Amino acid sequence: MEAAIIGIGMTTIEKSKIGATYADLVWEAVNKALNDAGIGIEDIDNVITTSSDFWDGRTISCMAVGDASGVRYKNCSAVEGDGTFGAAYALARTLSGDYNTTLVTAHSKGSESISSIITNAAFDPIYQRSFGLDMISASAMQARAYMHATGTTAEQLALVSCKNHKNAKDNPYAQLPMDITVEDVLNSEMIADPLHKLDCSPVSDGCCAIIIANADFVKKLNVKPVWIKGVAFCADAYFMGDRDLSKARALEEAAKKAYTMAGITNPQKEIDIAEVYDAFTYQELMWIEGLGLAEYGKAGTMLEKGMFNKDGRLPVNPSGGLLSGHPVIAAGLYRIAEVVLQLRGQAGERQVNARRGVAQGVNGLCGQSHCVWVLDKDK
Amino acid sequence: MEDIFNGIEPQVYKSQISVPYQWWAGETASKFFITLRDEKKILGKQCPQCGKVFCPPKKTCTYCYVETNEWKEVGPKGKVLTYTIVYRQLASLKKKVPVACGLIQLEGSDNAMLHYIEEIEPEKITTGMQVEAVFADEKSASIHAISHFRPVK
Amino acid sequence: MAKRRVAIVGTGQTHHRSHRPDVNGQELIHEAVTRALEDADLSIKNIDAILIGNMDHFEGINYVDCWSIDGSGGYHKPVIKLTTGGTTGSTLAIGGYHFVASGMFDKVLIIGWEKNSESDTTGAITTAFDPVWDRLVFAGAISGLAVEAQAYMAKYGATDRDGARVSVRDRKHACNNPYAQLRKEVTLEEVLASPMLADPIHLLDVCPRTDGACAVIMASEEYAEKITSTPDWIWATANRHKYTYLGDVNWGELDSMAQASQDLFKKCGITEPRKQIDVIEMYQPYSFAGIIWIEDMGIVPRGKGAEYIWSGATDMGGELPINPSGGVIACNPIGATGLIRCAEAAMQVMGKAEGRQVPDVNFAVSTGFGGCMWTDMILHGKKKPNL
Repeated sequence: MEAAIIGIGMTTIEKSKIGATYADLVWEAVNKALNDAGIGIEDIDNVITTSSDFWDGRTISCMAVGDASGVRYKNCSAVEGDGTFGAAYALARTLSGDYNTTLVTAHSKGSESISSIITNAAFDPIYQRSFGLDMISASAMQARAYMHATGTTAEQLALVSCKNHKNAKDNPYAQLPMDITVEDVLNSEMIADPLHKLDCSPVSDGCCAIIIANADFVKKLNVKPVWIKGVAFCADAYFMGDRDLSKARALEEAAKKAYTMAGITNPQKEIDIAEVYDAFTYQELMWIEGLGLAEYGKAGTMLEKGMFNKDGRLPVNPSGGLLSGHPVIAAGLYRIAEVVLQLRGQAGERQVNARRGVAQGVNGLCGQSHCVWVLDKDK
Repeated sequence: MEDIFNGIEPQVYKSQISVPYQWWAGETASKFFITLRDEKKILGKQCPQCGKVFCPPKKTCTYCYVETNEWKEVGPKGKVLTYTIVYRQLASLKKKVPVACGLIQLEGSDNAMLHYIEEIEPEKITTGMQVEAVFADEKSASIHAISHFRPVK
Repeated sequence: MAKRRVAIVGTGQTHHRSHRPDVNGQELIHEAVTRALEDADLSIKNIDAILIGNMDHFEGINYVDCWSIDGSGGYHKPVIKLTTGGTTGSTLAIGGYHFVASGMFDKVLIIGWEKNSESDTTGAITTAFDPVWDRLVFAGAISGLAVEAQAYMAKYGATDRDGARVSVRDRKHACNNPYAQLRKEVTLEEVLASPMLADPIHLLDVCPRTDGACAVIMASEEYAEKITSTPDWIWATANRHKYTYLGDVNWGELDSMAQASQDLFKKCGITEPRKQIDVIEMYQPYSFAGIIWIEDMGIVPRGKGAEYIWSGATDMGGELPINPSGGVIACNPIGATGLIRCAEAAMQVMGKAEGRQVPDVNFAVSTGFGGCMWTDMILHGKKKPNL
């Protein structure tokens, strides 16, 4: 594919950025991304913002960040959902030939609302919403279905939390760097059985921006581009009762397509690093399998063997992942930015040895819709 | 960039979006709810192409994208496909915790319905457990015409 | 310019109504999609990806892309949600064009929908504006439009009779459109005698609230010509979402339209829009915009909009018919509205507009309006664009 990521910018992820509006966060991330690429806003010829009216408490939420994203004299558009989807549309605009450089932003301030009420609104109002479930309780049903189908244990889930919070200690952007034990996770508050508090990602504020450019523009720059090799997204059925919740079929399909585009036939061997959407511990394992990086039901055992550790064969979430900071909407774009840093060799203390990586984003309840990005150091 | 706040106390402006909603259920869900209320019967609807019976019923088949056509009575017994017991009083919950909720596949149906599981200690619920619908005393043309599901005795 | 040519090959819409209690949102969407598939003689299996949009707080559904699968046919397909307020429908069309032009997909289904009957439209729109600075003073959409009309009238001496003439035109045109919600002719006097909502806007000057959905299918050149013998080629798209705060707007002129149309026409070599364009489907939510915005588009010089409207040039049979469908004043399911403009323009180019067909359409323009006085634009053509 003739497009690359030429710049990234991230704000720190925090529990509550009380001193900043959405627009302030976007302004910070955009300027960091422009500096990173060594270009000015005048070099950007179109912009995609990613936001959510529900999470922002604002109809037409993209309006709030228009000025901060520099859209005033440019063609622009807005995606609602995870930042990886915003980036997918940005890629389409860049590849269309109409534009050379597309700026993508995604922001969220979970601190400004009540996430339980907002995710309850993802349930259909006619048959389901009145039961009062939200993202955590719905995910708990999926966690149980996955554990039941694969024999994955609560201890294995807990180990994901230990690994990712530990990884976060090397990530200056992470919200929750800490050393915890399996016992700490299992003894933490049981929110919705089988999910403990430390099985769940926190509520967070943050913004991420990336810049996608076509090959001709990349030639003019003095930066290390990271090349986009494959991007695909796919949605499963909506009603949880229509899905086999123990499987990530839509992710499998998206991954298959993205790998085909990238010419990857054996992802377990050819992918060096994965940043996945671990909103809950069990999801990291499910998504690793869905991404074809482990056989179905085997990720828990591989995790125990240390294979997904920072020094393992396939480091997963060396950034600390969503468990260490989860600005919804921006979370997937952070995954892309982290893979970009890794492939450039600029990931600081969390650097792993990687030539090719995969990043993932999710929309909806229990991973209903996935977006997969395959990135490469080389063209 | 936070420097500009030196000596300034950040002000937080509180508000809320309160928009009233009325969701039209449509003819398919309406028939399902009215039958639940008036006849205490649970209806599914079948896809003419793949033969799957959906309960809760839907107008179009998720898989074949054609309109479902034939109504079939399903349940009132079924099995628990998966479930959770919510212990934290989440802001979205109306009931007092602990609340047990599960996906219940009714006999004769190919998908599952979200509903409460009660009349059992939550810790004793198991995946695959047989349950049956208990109808509510209060009549309503809604999913709450079924009060909850309980273990089959 | 784009690397691949893209065309609209099919469109479908619901019969728009103020209330559709017989269907829920998913079922409403299904109706429009089924009609678009029938129009293109395709099945859902032929569709590679789906773009969908609406405005969240009108129905109170979070993650609409996920929720709508049973209606959209998106099971195990790529589905993405785009939303930009009133411009949502046109934003979706522009999105579909780029996804096909990029080579990522060959055939995409684009869906805009809204069930405005399910909530308080004004209550929801009010929350679009900045909660600290704008929300408490500007209520809903109509106040901003009234400010625009007042500013224009003060500058150019236009009157509310001029506005009413536009409403008379669109409401007459709507009688030719079986899908429109309001199909009743009105007189100038009736418009002027209708209740004053926000001076100078009368009830009959503005759009209604509507339940409706629209679906458009776009395909790459390779497929488009196999699907239909009369594809509607997308020549170019342009938009400007200039403002974040209402206080920044240059009231009385629609800057976003002026800049987007310059961009659009430059991309396509349109130098005399009034002569080269044969029909416009304009997202014109109230009558005065019908005067002001054609000036911004460069159809007539500043201050000459009203004169042009009174000449009958924009009526059916005139030099440059505007809104043969009856436009937004006759029907406004907000998330679908911009896409309906696009679909109607496509139907004009494809020769499928039946009772509202303008003869010999070579070029059509469709627009979207929304947000903070924002504009989206698409140029549609009968001939293939140059690459």
